[in-house]
This record gives sequence, C-alpha cells and structure tokens, in this order.
Amino acid sequence: MLLSISEKATRARPGFGWAGLTRRAEAVVLPIGALLAGFAVFSLFLLLQGKSPADFFALVYRAGFGTVFSWENTLSRAAPLLLAALCVALPARLGLVVIGGEGAIVLGGVGAGFAGAVLGGTPALIALPAMLLTAMVIGALWIGAVGALRHYRGVNETIASLLMAYIAIALMNHLVEGPLRDPASLNKPSTAPLADALKAGHIPGWDVHWGLVFGVFACVLAWVLIDKTTWGFAARIAGGNVRAAQLQGLPVGKLIVGFTALGGAFAGMAGFFEVAAVHGSANASLAGGYGYTGILIAFLARHNPLAIIPVAILLAGFEASSGLVQRRMDLPDATVMVLQGFVFIAILMSETLYGRFKIFAPERWRSA
Amino acid sequence: MSISPLSRRGFLKGTAAVAGAATLPHLSYADGHSPLTVGFIYVGPKDDFGYNQAHAEGAAAVKAMEGVVVVEEENVAETIDVQKSMESMINFDEAKLLFPTSFGYFDPHVLKVAPKHPDVRFQHAAGLWTDGMPTNAGSYFGYIGMGQYLNGITAGHATQTKKIGFVAAKPIPQVLLNINSFLLGARQVDPEITCQVIFTGEWSLAVKEAEATNALADAGCDVITCHVDGPKVVMETAAGRDCFVCGYHANQSPLAPEKYLTGAEWNWAGVYTGMVQTVLDGGTIDNFVRGGLADGFIKMSPLGPAVSDAARAQFEATKAEIMAGGFAAIKGPLKDNTGKVIAADGEGFAEDDIALESMDYLVEGVIGATS
Repeated sequence: MLLSISEKATRARPGFGWAGLTRRAEAVVLPIGALLAGFAVFSLFLLLQGKSPADFFALVYRAGFGTVFSWENTLSRAAPLLLAALCVALPARLGLVVIGGEGAIVLGGVGAGFAGAVLGGTPALIALPAMLLTAMVIGALWIGAVGALRHYRGVNETIASLLMAYIAIALMNHLVEGPLRDPASLNKPSTAPLADALKAGHIPGWDVHWGLVFGVFACVLAWVLIDKTTWGFAARIAGGNVRAAQLQGLPVGKLIVGFTALGGAFAGMAGFFEVAAVHGSANASLAGGYGYTGILIAFLARHNPLAIIPVAILLAGFEASSGLVQRRMDLPDATVMVLQGFVFIAILMSETLYGRFKIFAPERWRSA
Repeated sequence: MSISPLSRRGFLKGTAAVAGAATLPHLSYADGHSPLTVGFIYVGPKDDFGYNQAHAEGAAAVKAMEGVVVVEEENVAETIDVQKSMESMINFDEAKLLFPTSFGYFDPHVLKVAPKHPDVRFQHAAGLWTDGMPTNAGSYFGYIGMGQYLNGITAGHATQTKKIGFVAAKPIPQVLLNINSFLLGARQVDPEITCQVIFTGEWSLAVKEAEATNALADAGCDVITCHVDGPKVVMETAAGRDCFVCGYHANQSPLAPEKYLTGAEWNWAGVYTGMVQTVLDGGTIDNFVRGGLADGFIKMSPLGPAVSDAARAQFEATKAEIMAGGFAAIKGPLKDNTGKVIAADGEGFAEDDIALESMDYLVEGVIGATS
C-alpha cells in the first residue's frame, strides 16, 4: 500500500500532450474497469444466493439515484463521507496511512456541541463559525498529534490513529454522560440541545444540509493544495522518498504535522455538521462509522481529492439503497457491505495493473 | 393532547389539504380497498434474542393481519440513516404507519421527520411524547421493571451466595429502574441479598458483556440478569459459569434451558396488532401510551425447571398483586446506596408513576455507581 502511494507521488505528472492524455485515460479506465469487475463478482455472489443481480442493481439505482428523494438521501449521506475521506487522503500524500478519522469526527462533534451550548444566546453569525472552528481545531489537534507522534517519536501512525479513535469514543461517552451532560437528557445522555438559531439548515430547495457544500468545497481546496501549490509538491516529494526530501531541505516534520492536522480539521468539520445539522446535540450517535467508510472512499479515489467527490456519492448511493434492497429482495442489510468489499478488493488489485497496458503508454507503441 | 393555536397560514394549509383529500378515492383503510403499509425499523438484528427480536415478533403478528403489508429494516443507526429509512418507506412503499423502535430514534429523528409527513403516523417505542411535539407522532412503552421485580423473586430463591448480578448497558433511568426492581424483588425473599451491577457503556458490545458476566461470576454472583440489547452473550456465559439466569426483552430459555429461571419479556404482538387495528378502523392512537403486565404490554417467560415450589408460590402471588394494579416496587422505607432517603415509610411509587422515568439512583444493596 505504502509503496503504491509513493510510486504514484513520484511518477511523472500527466502533461497536456498525447502521452498525458493516455495516462489520464488510464487513471479513469482502470478504476471503472475494477468497479465493473467488483460488480461482476458480486453478481455471481447474488446468483449463488438465488437472487437476481438485475433486480439488485435496478433497486440500487432507484433508491440511490432514481428520484429526487433518492438524490437527497444519497447526498445527505455523502456529506460526512467527503470530509472523512479527506482525513485519509491528505496524510496519504505523505505516505501515511491514517485510519482514525472517526476519533476526530466524534470529538469535533462534542466540541461543536459544547461550544453551541455555551454560546446559546449569541447571534448565529458569531456562534456557528465559533462552533465550526472549535470542531476543526479539536480535529486538527487530534490527528495532528498522530502525525507528530509519527515524525518525532517514530510511532506507527496507522496503529496510533486507530487506537486514538477508541480513546476518542470513550472520551466522548465520558463527556456526554458526565461533565457535559444535559440533566434533561434522561435516557439518551447528550449535551444541551442547540438553540434553533444555531442549527445548520438545509441547502435552499433541497433536503440536504450544508455539510455537502462544505465537503465538496473542502475536496476542491485539498486538490488545489496538493496539485497547485509548492506545499503540495513538497508533500508529494516527502511522500515519495523522505530521505530525498530531507536532503533537499524540505521541512518534512512540518509537512507531516500540517497535512495530518488539516485532514483532522476536515474530519472535525464533519463532526460539526453531524451536531449542527443532524443531531442538534452531541451524543453517542456521533460514532456513526463515517470515519471508517472514509478510509474505503479515500483508497477507492486513490487519494485524489477530486475523485473523492464521485466515489463518496457512489458509496453513499449504495448505502441509501440498502433499505430498499432489504425490503424488496429480502436480503440482509450486510449485502451492501459485501458489495463494497468486492469493489474495494477489485480496486486494490487494479493498483498492480498501472503501466502494464501498452495502450496507455504511447512511447512504447513503436516497440510492439 | 393540546391543540396549538392555529396560524392563518396553518389554517389555509389545513383547509386546502382537506379540500384536496376530499377528491382522493381512499380516505381511510376501513373501506378495504388499499392495504395499509406498516414499517418497522430496528437498531440491531431481528434475531438478537433481545430488544429487536421482541419488536420483530410484534411485527410478525401484524403481518398475519388482513389488509396489512409489513416492511422491515434492521441494523439502522440512530443517525440520518433512520430519517432516510423512514422517508424511504414513505416514498417507495407508501407506508402510513411507522414503528421506529429504538430509543435514540425519537429525538431528533422522529421529531424532525414527522412534521414533513402529516399523513403518516409515527409510533415510537420508549420515547417520552409531550405536548407541543408533532401530533402525528406518539410514544408507547411498558412497565418492564415489574418483570425484573418478578425475576428478582425467582433469583432470591435460587441464590446460595446471597449475591446476584446485573450486566447493564448505561446508567439511564430505564436501566436503573430494572436494576433496582431486580434487587428489591430478591429482597422480598431475603433482605440480606445484594446485587452487583457492571455497566458496559454500550447497548450492544458482546466482548464487554462476556467480561462483565465473568467478573460477576468471579465475584460470587450466582444468579445473573441483564439489560443490554441482545442478552444472548450474558445468558450463555453465565450458564457456562454454572450461574442461574433471568431473561430480559425476549425468551432466552433455549439458550440455557436448565439454568433459566424466568424472564421479563415484551409482549409487542398484542400492542402492535391493537394499534394497527385502530388505524385500520380509521381511529387515532393516543400520543402517549404506557402499559404493564395487566395491560398485556409485558409478560413473563414460563418458569424454568430450577424454580422451587416456594419460589413459584411467591412468584405467582406477587404477579397476582401486580395484575391487580397500582403495585409499587419502589416503596419506603427506602434509601439509595449512598444513604439518601428515596421514600419514607408509607411512601411509594406505583408502576405508572412518571417520576420513575427520571430515576437517577441505585437502591441500598446494589453494589455499583451511576457514574
């Protein structure tokens, strides 16, 4: 995994010539091929269960993308996934596999809930940004700490981030059941409910909250950072070869802490929207597993922030259709997870195929 | 139920809706033309031997009714997932009556979705519907603490060590009432009995439930019950440690036939078929519904082979008292386990006392703390 990330970071970037075009085609055709291969294997699985793959995909389309409600359902689910995936994709450009975004989401949510409770009487124009900032700072500190531990103490960031996610959930439970608990929240311990003015509303005309817009914007921002700035260039060098980056005098430590912290800030933002747009207070429901789905999305998008947008929407669509699939085909709810698993394996396997097909490498056409 | 003052806009909307509805061919299901679609949503698997299975058994009874179509979804999280699951049932299945059964579904999810779909009825288990909440939503629950009280009586007869155990999810009112009732039932047999409680912190966390059960057995508890979503792990682990068990939520006797004393079960079949029939007949379900053993909301598992004759006699006698109504398990003189007086001599909280729904203490004799 690490190898493939570093390989990609150091590879020549596609230009605008013929060669660049074919390489861009490779980056689109291979994932789509892998996706279709995943669907094909999953269809065999369905046939073994005596169910019709055609029915299944028709239902997925209908419930995920077929009606206005389906799109609202899908996009509502996609909002936190976009931000959670960035928490994986940004550190990945430095060669780090951070899988504990869930921790930053829940603690960011608790921070937003706490800030909202404290700022109950203040105007929304001040209180909402303050809540958002609190959530993002907490997320940044939490995942930034993972980067710092990695760089300055040599602690494996994958294990550290995962274990810290468990600590974060335990901390959240302690806080919402203890010091931050609203005494009126009897059977569902929560922070004090947000004032109505402090609830992040819906995009006008759509039953989808603003988290979607912020998530898409964050993905574009992350893409600009990685692809269009010297910071991003330096991060890709460091991700490719740390020693070489250090010899060049690049501030590797700052890059690692900065990128992990930014990823954490985006995860914290997801927590803010869960509280301000969905739950209306911070409670145990914040641990909804978005951080883990985000890992899947980031890897499927090959850590490209722009690719995260369609991939997150696709997976959210799968999840949106899970209910209808359960109801109409009498299949267990895990069915959609099996599909995600097959697609994940297919995409990972397709990583080994890059550069193997001559059709994508015009410079090798003549030697054929 | 109070009627909020109508705004002009609300009135216009309402009259427009009535005018629109009058042109529709099927106003109610009573005419027998269009079947009523009823949706059930569970937070865990339908076959968890516990909370969700109890509701699914109720749904199965509704399925057998004439003119009704049942749709179900399991493992739906208490997040935007449940909002969209409810709306998906409304949009794709034309569900008109929904039973989102997990406690955490109520606030904010049911409260947020209900006003958007005024023609759909939302019946929520365990929530606390109060005036001012959407009138097309309602909450219902049962006095299952009485079942734990009866569990306690069989436990009090079965224990040799005078120490019984309770594996609990979270220190919230519903759970605390069950723990206290279990011990107070046992103390009707022998006032020396104590009950040790371990909170796992989660509604469904099998590893911690097994650890807690083993820890209780290690501490000398020889009868164990629980309040977690799926009691399967607790029942099997406790029976494996040669402890007696009392069930909860559903009948777990198949998991430990020799060691199972009895169990406090939900009886949703009767409740759900009743509510569905009300809607079929064009009636309205009350917004706030509670019921106990006498109302058929809860029931006890058949007594197991290890229950002695003396235990059976006391169990049946107490059950008859509860069935008569007004029974108070929490009654004075009673202190909590920090020494604070809960009820003076002669005071008591009957099963339907709303004060019990905000319980925040463990009674004297319970070993454990609420925080």
